[in-house]
Amino acid sequence: MGSGVPPYKETGIITVEELKRLGLMPPEERLARGPVAIPECPEEIPCNICVVSCPQHAISIEGIKGLPRIDWDKCVGCGVCVAKCPGLAIFVVDLSKPGEYAYVTVPHEFLPAPKVGDVVDLLSREGKVVGKGEVVKAWETNKTWVVTVRVPKELAMEVRGIWVRK
Amino acid sequence: MPGMPPLKDRRIWEHPILTFKRGRRVKFYFNGNVVEGYEGESIAAALYAAGYDVFSRSPYKGRARGAFCMIGKCSSCFAVVDGVPNTRTCVEPIREGVKVEFQEGLAEIPSATGGLEGKDEEVIEGVDVLVIGGGPAGLAAAIAAAKHGLSVLIVNEHFKLGGQLIKQTHKFFGSKDLFGGLRGFQVAEELESKVRSMRNVRVLLQATAYGFFRDGWVGVAGKDRLYRVKPRFVIAAPGAAERHLAFPGNDLPGVMGAGGAQTLMNEYGILPGDEVLVVGSGNVGVIVSYQLLQAGAKVKGIVEILPYIGAWFVHAAKIRRYGVKVYTRHTIKEVWGKDRVEGATIVRVDEHFKPVPGSETDIPCDLVLIAVGLTPDTRLLAQAGAVVTWVPELGGLVPIRTKYLETSVPGLFIAGDASGIEEATTAMIEGEIAGLSAVVRAGADDAGNAAERREALLKFLWDEYRASPVVAKAKAGKLKVTVSEDEMERIRVSNPPPVRFGS
Repeated sequence: MGSGVPPYKETGIITVEELKRLGLMPPEERLARGPVAIPECPEEIPCNICVVSCPQHAISIEGIKGLPRIDWDKCVGCGVCVAKCPGLAIFVVDLSKPGEYAYVTVPHEFLPAPKVGDVVDLLSREGKVVGKGEVVKAWETNKTWVVTVRVPKELAMEVRGIWVRK
Repeated sequence: MPGMPPLKDRRIWEHPILTFKRGRRVKFYFNGNVVEGYEGESIAAALYAAGYDVFSRSPYKGRARGAFCMIGKCSSCFAVVDGVPNTRTCVEPIREGVKVEFQEGLAEIPSATGGLEGKDEEVIEGVDVLVIGGGPAGLAAAIAAAKHGLSVLIVNEHFKLGGQLIKQTHKFFGSKDLFGGLRGFQVAEELESKVRSMRNVRVLLQATAYGFFRDGWVGVAGKDRLYRVKPRFVIAAPGAAERHLAFPGNDLPGVMGAGGAQTLMNEYGILPGDEVLVVGSGNVGVIVSYQLLQAGAKVKGIVEILPYIGAWFVHAAKIRRYGVKVYTRHTIKEVWGKDRVEGATIVRVDEHFKPVPGSETDIPCDLVLIAVGLTPDTRLLAQAGAVVTWVPELGGLVPIRTKYLETSVPGLFIAGDASGIEEATTAMIEGEIAGLSAVVRAGADDAGNAAERREALLKFLWDEYRASPVVAKAKAGKLKVTVSEDEMERIRVSNPPPVRFGS
C-alpha cells in the first residue's frame, strides 16, 4: 500500500469533502428540506444490512460490497438504519428547521442510557467536545440507542457522537 | 508464592450491551485461601476477578506468569488443580472446593490423574462426521452435515460451545441470512440452540482431539475419560491462536492477548484493566478498544507501526469519536512493572520501521493488549499428514485444500481460521461448505440439493463476499492454497497421506 491509502485510513476521521466526493453526502437542497441519512461508509465492506432494514427501500448496494447509495427523495430520515448499521456509521441530519438549531441523530452504546431532556457533551469525529446539546428523542433496539440531539446549525456536520455524563 | 490474598472485585456489574447471568456462588481455594466465584466461570477468570494476577513462576528465571490467551491455546495460566500440574486454568471451570495451587517452576510428575483412573476408554465407531472445534466454523459444519441425516460428533476444548463468537459484542456485517446485524454472542446462541436441537449431533465439551492414528482412529481426551473415535469424515475447525510480539517485559502479567481480554470482559464480565494500551490497530485491536470503553476502562491509546490504521474505517471511526488516540508509526519498546504491568514505553519508527532514538513516550497503564494478528492452529492437521504451506496473508502455516475444503488427507476437511485467518462470517460459510462436502461424498439424503447449495455458497463466497477490497489480502492468500482436484491428486502422489477417511 502506501501512496494509495486514503487520508481517513491515517486518521480514522473522514471529512465532509471526502464524503461528497464518494457521493455519500446528500445535496444541499435535500439537506434543507428535512431529516436525511448520511452513511459514513467509504470502504465497500461486504455488508448490506442497511439495505434490508430501510422501511422506505431507499438504500441500495451493488452486490454485497458496493457503497450504500441512498435515494435522497425516498429517505425520510427515520433513523432505522442508524440503529441497524453494524458499523454504527449512519447518521441523520436535519437542517430544515428555522432558527439557529439543527438536529443530529447518532447511534450510542454506552451507559448511562440517554433520556429526553438530558444535556450531553457533543463529540466531533475526533472525539473533541465541541459543545453541549439537549436530547430531544431517544429510542433503543438490540441495545443500540438512537439519539437525536439539538445542536447549533454550524455543528451539524461535525457532531457524530455524544457523551452522557454520569 | 503470593502472600496475602488480594481483595478486589474486578467484576462488571453494569454494561450497555451485556447482561451477565452469573450462576450460584462457588467457593474454592487458591493456596489455601478461599476464593469466591460464580458457577460457569473458569478458574483463571475467577482468580483474576478476585485480583490474583500471578498463577505460576517460570522454571528458570522465576518470572511471574498469569492470564494471556484465556482460550486454552497457550501455557501462561498453568497452575496445579487438585494435584494436577500444568492445568490450563482458563478452560477449567471452577467447582465447589477445588484446590488450586500456585505452580513454582517445573512441576513434579503428578500422582493424581485428574479422575481418569479406573475408567475405560470409550470407543466411538460408526459416527459419520467428527467435527473438531465448536466455534462458528465447526458448528456451521455440524449443522449442515446433520441436516442431511449424517451423525455428527463435536469435540470442543472449552466447556462452552460457540468459540470466540461468545465474546463478540459488536454486530456482524454481511447479509441477513448469514447472521449479519446480530451481535456475535447472539450468533453463538442461535448456532448452539440449533445444534442442541438436532438428535444426531453429540457434543463432547472439555474434550481435546490429540492425534490421528493408523487406520483412521482419532484420539480424544475428554474431561474425565479418553475416547477413541473412528469417523467416516473429519472436519477440523480448531481455530487460531493470538500472536505475540518480542519486547522486554512482554511476559509480565497484565500483558495479554486482545482476545484474552475480550474473554474476561465479555464472556465473564470481568474488567481486565483500568488503563489500557493496545498494540495493533487491526479490527481486533480497534474493536477491543471500543469494548473496553463500553466496560468502563480508559483506553490510553492504540499503537500502530504502519502509517495508517489497519481496521475497517467504520470500526476505527467508532473509537476515534470517543477520543481514543491512535499512535501510527509507533511501536512498543518495553513494558515495566513488578509482577504486574505498571506502564509501557512506546517509540516512533522511521520509514524502515526502525525506532527513532529520543522519540520515546512513557504511558502509565495496568494492561497492555497485544492485537497483532492470529496464527492458524494447524498442528493437528500437520500431525494427520495434511500438506501445509506458509502463507503470510493467512497468518502462517495452512493446509493446501480443494475448493470443497478437503485437505491432502482424503476425507479430512478444514474450515474457519485454521484454514487461514479471515473472520467469523467466512468461517461459517466455510463450515457449511465443509459439512456439505461430507454430505455429498457420503451420498447422504438429498446429496443433490447439498451439492447445489454448496455451489451457491462457493459462488457467494468467492465472487461476492471476497470481492470486497477490505478482504483482498485474505482472498489472495486463500487463492494461493486452493488447488484443483487433479493438482490435489498429484500432491497425494508425492506426499502419500498416512491416513484416509471417506470410505
